[in-house]
Amino acid sequence: MSAIELCGVALRGPVLNGSGTFDAIAARRAFGDALLERFPFDAFVSKTITLEPRQGNPPPRLWETPAGMINSIGLPNKGLDGFLASDLPELARLPVPLAVSVMGFGRDELARLVAAVGKRDEVSMLELNVSCPNVETGLIMGADPAETALALERVRPETAKPLIVKLTPNATDPGAVAAAAEEAGADAVSLVNTLKGMALHPHTGEPWLGGRTGGLSGPAIRAIALEQVAAVASRVQIPVIGMGGIASGRDAADFMAAGALAVAVGTESFRDPGAGRRIAAELAELSLSSRTRATVSTGV
Amino acid sequence: MSEPRTLAPPERRVAVVSGVERLGAYHLVTAHDGSGPRDPRPGQFYMLAAADCWGGGGDERPYLPRAFSYARAHVEPDGVSLGFLLEAIGPGTEQLARLRPDDGVALVGPLGIGFRPPREGALPLLVGGGIGAAPLLCLQEALDDPRVLLGFRSAGHAQAAALFGGEPKVVTDDGSVGRQALVTELLSAELDAGPDVAIFACGPPAMLEAVRALCAERGVPAQLALESGMACGFGACFGCVVPTIDGYVRLCLDGPVLDADRLETAVFAGGGHS
Repeated sequence: MSAIELCGVALRGPVLNGSGTFDAIAARRAFGDALLERFPFDAFVSKTITLEPRQGNPPPRLWETPAGMINSIGLPNKGLDGFLASDLPELARLPVPLAVSVMGFGRDELARLVAAVGKRDEVSMLELNVSCPNVETGLIMGADPAETALALERVRPETAKPLIVKLTPNATDPGAVAAAAEEAGADAVSLVNTLKGMALHPHTGEPWLGGRTGGLSGPAIRAIALEQVAAVASRVQIPVIGMGGIASGRDAADFMAAGALAVAVGTESFRDPGAGRRIAAELAELSLSSRTRATVSTGV
Repeated sequence: MSEPRTLAPPERRVAVVSGVERLGAYHLVTAHDGSGPRDPRPGQFYMLAAADCWGGGGDERPYLPRAFSYARAHVEPDGVSLGFLLEAIGPGTEQLARLRPDDGVALVGPLGIGFRPPREGALPLLVGGGIGAAPLLCLQEALDDPRVLLGFRSAGHAQAAALFGGEPKVVTDDGSVGRQALVTELLSAELDAGPDVAIFACGPPAMLEAVRALCAERGVPAQLALESGMACGFGACFGCVVPTIDGYVRLCLDGPVLDADRLETAVFAGGGHS
């Protein structure tokens, strides 16, 4: 595995998890200490936390699609205080650096979260989940370059730690949003979040999901994600973390060739909790064999 | 008391199919797991996918693995033989039912929390509906000759009763085997007889709700093995939540066996196999 430096944080390799696709505390209950000994990721990104506790959307929350799935989970979490008191001490025991994902339904709320989480030594990086409406403007923060810039300007002074902006693919021009985030002080961008999707009950024709609509993920969105990663990488100088349907080392290598410094595995971890490690190993093998090829072709 | 949970290795592995037995409406898929734990607890489950040919069925599915309580686990010299009872009703179960000996089956598990032993002195009574008989098979082996009550739709489904030892009482919806009755009618009669019993039940949501209501009314403790659509099986996706008196719980992590008195109802959106 090849070590990388992401926003000044040393990682043993380039494979992260997508926020909300792996609960390390739950996985520890299912897998025990073997999870820590064979931890699947090179940095761990927490599930998104909000200021207040949320129980999430009513079920059903899942729908299987061709080569993917739609989820409508609704960000269940213990809220900031519950996270700091009970989850953070557990996550601090993971063998890799920790990034905490936060979402605020307004710029001041986001700033409170960034300030409170950012001052904790256990936290190496923060990821801003901006795929939510700003209740003050009604606009999806991450869908609009100006909204994104205003949010970054508000939270930037609250912490010196790296701020990663998680971009939504449900935007007209993700490259413009990424450029606005960089301009306003973001240290990295990660993409893609899920694509908005819907499924109907086969008998009633009513929305299947309790939350009516949801987010599509898995290999079904990989080609879209790859294009957006390439588009964003061409617009910014800050590191890009690429994700969207990555299921193999080959997929990861594609995202890196498109300009990502690191990649994240999401839905594939649902199918195989060890997917992150497998993909990292496949990626290492690929880069080794491509180096061998390069050596041969240049005649050295 | 610690929870009845055997830990799973933190990655997917491939077991080798040793047999697929047709039992009327059901298939019993048996696979040799050479590297997983040999002591899963009755009520625990595995996430299964055919190692090849997953996808490409109706609507280009399946994509996600499917959750199955194991029905049998027999230790062998070089691993454990796991038996899974399934009914081919959708793209996932159809692919699994088509497996042949020597095919690979990708699995993660055992997962979740199984049945706890009955409290001292209580007579265990196992109540199964349809495919819900599956986790009761290994539970029957683990307990000391518990009584077993089973309900099936028809004679084709009732063939699964032959997997049980002793003489389970069987009823069917259409009267083709045993009486035409619901299994909860058998349960009600057993409870009327009055001994100190502990109920272990698995079956479709409406049946489990009837069991829950009956046991609540009589003050009889019951453990229910529930079902809910899941993507991962280890608490990652938050998809399989079940409403309880304490709010939503992830069935894969805090279940699939829940004490009936934690539920207001066993019928909930997303429950059963959909």
